[in-house]
Amino acid sequence: MSTSPLYAPREPIFPRRVTGAFRRLKWWIMALTLGIYYLTPWIRWDRGPALPDQAVLVDLAHRRFYFFWIEIWPHEFYFVAGLLIMAGLGLFLFTSALGRVWCGYTCPQTVWTDLFILVERWIEGDRNARVRLHHAKWSVHKAWLRGVKWTVWLGIALATGGAWVFYFTDAPTLLGNLLTGSAHTAAYITIAILTATTFVFGGFMREQVCIYMCPWPRIQSAMMDPDTLTVAYRDWRGEPRGKGKANRSSGVPDLAHALHNGTDPVATKGDCIDCMACVNVCPMGIDIRDGQQMECITCALCIDACDDVMDRIGKPRGLIDYMALSDEPAERAGKPPRPIWQHILRTRTIIYTVMWAAIGVGLVYALFIRSEIELTVSPVRNPTYVVQSDGAVRNIYDVRLRNKSGDVRQFNLSLTADTPLQIDVEGADAALNVTVPADTTVMQRVYVTANPSDPAATTHSTSLRLWVEDMTTQSRASSATTFNGRVQ
Amino acid sequence: MTDKKIDKETGVETTGHNWDGIEELNNPLPRWWLWTLYACIVWAIGYTILYPAWPMISGATPGMLGYSTRANVANDITAHEAKNAALTADLVAADLPTLAPDDPLHRYAVARGASVFRAQCSQCHGSGAAGAKGYPNLLDDDWLWGGDVASIATTIDHGIRNDTDPDARWSQMPAFGDILSREEITSVVAYVGSLSAPAEDPGLADAGATVFSDNCAACHGDNAQGNRDMGAPDLTDAIWLYGGDTATLTETVTKARFGVMPAWGQRLTDADVAAVAVYVHGLGGGE
Repeated sequence: MSTSPLYAPREPIFPRRVTGAFRRLKWWIMALTLGIYYLTPWIRWDRGPALPDQAVLVDLAHRRFYFFWIEIWPHEFYFVAGLLIMAGLGLFLFTSALGRVWCGYTCPQTVWTDLFILVERWIEGDRNARVRLHHAKWSVHKAWLRGVKWTVWLGIALATGGAWVFYFTDAPTLLGNLLTGSAHTAAYITIAILTATTFVFGGFMREQVCIYMCPWPRIQSAMMDPDTLTVAYRDWRGEPRGKGKANRSSGVPDLAHALHNGTDPVATKGDCIDCMACVNVCPMGIDIRDGQQMECITCALCIDACDDVMDRIGKPRGLIDYMALSDEPAERAGKPPRPIWQHILRTRTIIYTVMWAAIGVGLVYALFIRSEIELTVSPVRNPTYVVQSDGAVRNIYDVRLRNKSGDVRQFNLSLTADTPLQIDVEGADAALNVTVPADTTVMQRVYVTANPSDPAATTHSTSLRLWVEDMTTQSRASSATTFNGRVQ
Repeated sequence: MTDKKIDKETGVETTGHNWDGIEELNNPLPRWWLWTLYACIVWAIGYTILYPAWPMISGATPGMLGYSTRANVANDITAHEAKNAALTADLVAADLPTLAPDDPLHRYAVARGASVFRAQCSQCHGSGAAGAKGYPNLLDDDWLWGGDVASIATTIDHGIRNDTDPDARWSQMPAFGDILSREEITSVVAYVGSLSAPAEDPGLADAGATVFSDNCAACHGDNAQGNRDMGAPDLTDAIWLYGGDTATLTETVTKARFGVMPAWGQRLTDADVAAVAVYVHGLGGGE
């Protein structure tokens, strides 16, 4: 018994050039996303002498993230978590409304593959020329074309890997160091890895990444429902496909043509003339007329290709179109589909939008209530209390004082409590002022003491609040904690 | 090719394997996936040759690159010490009592001292420096041999009552079990107990006062507030090294105490001794 091999070679795909509204939209999105990616690290933003002047900077060495006017410290990572949740909800929203629109338009794999195919077409020609070149024997001409193509790809890949590292340190300095060979090894290794992955994924793996490596397609297909707008073929209008007269109304069979083609002369033809335009332009190498399938990234290029053909043969556009599964019965019965907005404005998408916006508003609110000074108090519990020689009971607190401003500040420490307690600060002056350098956290040992006769000395737990005041701006921050007495 | 089996539902060829009517579809994996697997196998073989990998009777194969995490750590420590060489030299040369708390050198000393303390001192004094019975609490304001940073540094450098350093702090309390009668010990224990808490038997304590001034005041002082030159504890405060109850005090007076601390100057660098002194001084009780 013979079966197909267990491992299949990749079928090469040669997407044909296509023009149309969706192609134009994709060019604009490509320009925008690539522009943002390549240029963002070069935007400058003045933050004063103590801080970097790069607008977007992930400063891993100093544990800071800078985004224009926003500076995120490690303990504020919840902003990043919030953004990730928003990104997740955004994906839910767009997928439930528009299917795999992320895959088709904005996924880096799609954008870079698109760019690589564009380069390929400039150098080797359109689909037919590329197919011929693929089957041609190796020659100087073929080697020359391949060499030029790979070189340009490698250049794009290098720029891609190179742009990534600029997000993590001062871009102009790093560029100088990279060119003189004095940059950190990590920079070279990162560039090498990202150059290699961009080159291989964009040039050679392409649709294989989407089909075999990426989890998004499977996750996204779970978020779609019958109202989701997705790229589909109106088979009730297109079938039976075929070349030749498709005159349903005349009732006069074209016998000569049918005889020549060996087809049924009585059957009427659908609008699909089986020109294969939709298949030829598909970067995933599939036939959309087979219905929804795992490989389809809904890039909509087949819509452009088919509309073009329909225009030329004088048929209405939309044989391949964005449509929802729930409209199919109506359309089969000859009724018009429901309007687009009814598919997009649904309970589900509205809930996603509301959740997405609520988190966004919450994050913006949290961003605005952030103060320039902060303290966190961790009571030392080893030991829980210390008895002094006069019998007084002392608790120790590790207080982290954060100065997020760009200048050195004097922080004054104090406490409030319902019962008498004294505060002392290790190494501080009599006024309990602590010097905190710019953009720094200082760990300060703070002592709170209860005299032997004070109630707190013999109470299991007493609430108190530690305060810090910036002596320059008079802004204050506080943190609640407890005092442990000596209970026998 | 006539015997190819096609699944009716999916139109996909099957492998011909059939379990209770369930047939296995053949959706072939991409070939590059297979090559990736082979590449990983080749990588793994190369990796086990180049890096430590195969367990042997004693140890593992060292690998051709001579890679060792232990050597890496040693290199990292050496590099770290080289980087801190200037700070280390400054710390050794510094006048510790005048070192300001916001001086970067002070911050460095505290950080360095904390790590040395956790590694070397915490076994007796506890990781939180709260001590234990017989091992002084370093967080309070009670010091046997002095609580200024210079005295603390001397104590750490030379230790207490050890045989290895001739400059070790030294004193010895006699075991009064051989000197005093049982009644005298009972009375002096009652007196000492009454110095920091209300006396249970004022008459006995008064009798003990005489025993105290005859036998104990030479070291602990007439007012029983101790003597730091001899490491004699203050007996009037709220802090007890071994315990202030009658049984423990009786044991202390009868058998005496002899707490020993190693001379850390013989084991640690000068910079480490200075750093631990600054760290301990900054724990809350420093004078």
